[in-house]
Amino acid sequence: MSVSRFFNNRNTLGLMFMVPAGALLLVFLTYPLGLGTWLGFTDAKIGRSGQWVGLENFIFLFGDSVARLSLFNTLFYTLVASVIKFLLGLWLALLLNKHLPFQAFVRAVVLLPFIVPTALSALAFWWLYDAQFSVLSWALIKMGLIDEYVIFLGDPWLARFSTIAANIWRGVPFVAITLLAGLQTISPSLYEAASLDGATEWQRFWHVTLPMLTPIIAVVMTFSVLFTFTDFQLIYVLTRGGPLNATHLMATLSFQRAILGGALGEGAALATSMVPFLLAAIMFSYFGLQRRAWQQGGSDK
Amino acid sequence: MSNINRRDFLKLSAGVAGTAIASGEAFAQGKPATAPGYAYKPEKGAKLRVLKWKRFVQGDEDAFNAHIKRFTEKTGIDVRIDYEGFEDVRPKAAVAANVGSGPDVIYGFFDDPHLYPDKLVDVTDIANYLGGKYGGWYDVCKTYGMSGNKWISIPLGAAGATFVHRISHMQAAGFKEFPKDMGGFLELCKGLKAKNTPAGFALGNATGDGNSWCHWLVWAFGGKMVDEKNNVVINSPETIKALEYGKELYATFVPGTLSWLDPNNNKAFLDGQVSCTNNGISIYYSAQNATDPKVKALVPDIGHAPYPVGPVGRSTELHLFTEAMIFKHTKFPQAAKAFVTFMMEKEQYEPWLKASIGYVSHPLKAYESNPIWTVDPKNTPYRDCVKNMTPNSYGGKLGYASAGTMADFVMVNMVAEAASGSKTPKEAAERAQARAQRYYKI
Repeated sequence: MSVSRFFNNRNTLGLMFMVPAGALLLVFLTYPLGLGTWLGFTDAKIGRSGQWVGLENFIFLFGDSVARLSLFNTLFYTLVASVIKFLLGLWLALLLNKHLPFQAFVRAVVLLPFIVPTALSALAFWWLYDAQFSVLSWALIKMGLIDEYVIFLGDPWLARFSTIAANIWRGVPFVAITLLAGLQTISPSLYEAASLDGATEWQRFWHVTLPMLTPIIAVVMTFSVLFTFTDFQLIYVLTRGGPLNATHLMATLSFQRAILGGALGEGAALATSMVPFLLAAIMFSYFGLQRRAWQQGGSDK
Repeated sequence: MSNINRRDFLKLSAGVAGTAIASGEAFAQGKPATAPGYAYKPEKGAKLRVLKWKRFVQGDEDAFNAHIKRFTEKTGIDVRIDYEGFEDVRPKAAVAANVGSGPDVIYGFFDDPHLYPDKLVDVTDIANYLGGKYGGWYDVCKTYGMSGNKWISIPLGAAGATFVHRISHMQAAGFKEFPKDMGGFLELCKGLKAKNTPAGFALGNATGDGNSWCHWLVWAFGGKMVDEKNNVVINSPETIKALEYGKELYATFVPGTLSWLDPNNNKAFLDGQVSCTNNGISIYYSAQNATDPKVKALVPDIGHAPYPVGPVGRSTELHLFTEAMIFKHTKFPQAAKAFVTFMMEKEQYEPWLKASIGYVSHPLKAYESNPIWTVDPKNTPYRDCVKNMTPNSYGGKLGYASAGTMADFVMVNMVAEAASGSKTPKEAAERAQARAQRYYKI
């Protein structure tokens, strides 16, 4: 009797249905994240559990020129790649939103770079950027534009931009397709009304499309920034962080230090250092871009 | 071994020594009962999981697998082997050590056993047995294999590298023989450059090739990361001299070596774009087994020479050293020991080296007579790689600091910074000093 009443209680039942999901999150998300953070405050080495050392790892990393360089690289990489991905993605979404021949096919093709596993597309870029076998250099030489092969990954700044280009190539479809989905939810009646008011194409974009799209932009750019900031595979395949550590991101350096170098604590601290930046990115898009008043034609207070 | 009575000894030796009897070589001289044999007692129903780095040449894996099969046939011990890319072995081994479960035997690299010496089974008995039977271990093997007075890993050898070069291009540059000293080598590289057939050495974060030649370069001039007390001494006049030399050398390289990872020099050499580089025998192997006639035509023109010797007057080579570790979490330590020993015995080791055409250089002196080293004179330079090798921890001790310093490419970055001119040799050495100190402080 009491058992069946127990199970018939809405709250109990609700709680019970949540247990599996909650347990999954706890075991596979909270625990590893908590452990990683904890390790960052210890001097754990591979094969040896660590002692609590407080902020020592973080102070150590702050004084380390390579770690500081990796922070700069990560911020630069994320900023440049995200901005370009957003602009290209939005542009592409607007184009795809028009009536095109073979519409479904074109939209599917645009997604391709996103579908190919990163490791594979990174390998393709590795060949494209190869110092001796680059088909890009080869083509440019055949066209008579340059005289010798471009060393895409051998010069610090060129390597940074080359890896950013590869990241953009991979990330644009995600932004474009998501924004396209957002564009299609905008009611055509809004555009009709705007046309009747005599709005130009630009005004329609600025006063209708963009405000209606901001919630989606906020979400997609949050994800895009998070993916870019934590990028690992692309760099690992293309450069291993070289040349001269110019493309080492915090994620790759963290792996190099923690796993290959055996300094688990230091690597974990480096990985943990990424969290505040990621939180800031989330906060920014969450609070900065979800301005309802502006969306509805008013102004923010 | 001394605790085992004769009766046990005979019974137990049956497995490992039995293979020797079966192939009739080790016991051919008679006295089977007293011949040194390794006694082991595999646990009932023992099963082993082994993790080894993925082949660099196909023959390695084929022969290794065949020997595993024979081992299972002889002993009834089931062995499952997994192969992982060589850079993935270290994290896997580290995790196994950390969580106390995973493969029973792992073939790791360099400092691995010294990162978790407490987690490894003492293998002093089999190391002594193998050393006694096969003419002793080379010095560098003791550095890597021993912790204090006991052995914690059994060296398998080192994927040795030599200076792989195009003989005709070397001759065109005015050299009949490959130079043996630093001055001659620089002249050769200048000559190669002048003939538009340049040399090229990896200066990106290339774990194998980059570390190998950069350490050689600095050591050759007497520079070293640490002294015998593990004090960092890399910022020294000797290092600066090495870096200045490196800068001159870099000027002769094919463009783009700053971006090179491990596979780049193989590709470039086989394509004829580079005429001298440091590498294992895999380039020669690829050329021999190539289907493309253009690549196959390179075979007679490929030469191998040991790394030149610098002002310090001795070989300063670093090779990809690999060793078998048995983890304490194994339920079958005796079976694991039997397996590791079995693979080092002549009946297995020699055919294995043959199948990989000497990709791995032996750690035991008796294997110098392995016919693989003389059947083709071009294999011979690879014979002495372990003999000539200097440990990566030179001149201090192996451990977290040496592993961390190498994994962080401190030496490679220093050479690359100075060579490319992004920093002066002095600045590069100062920076390396500061970076290394952070590891050695702990």
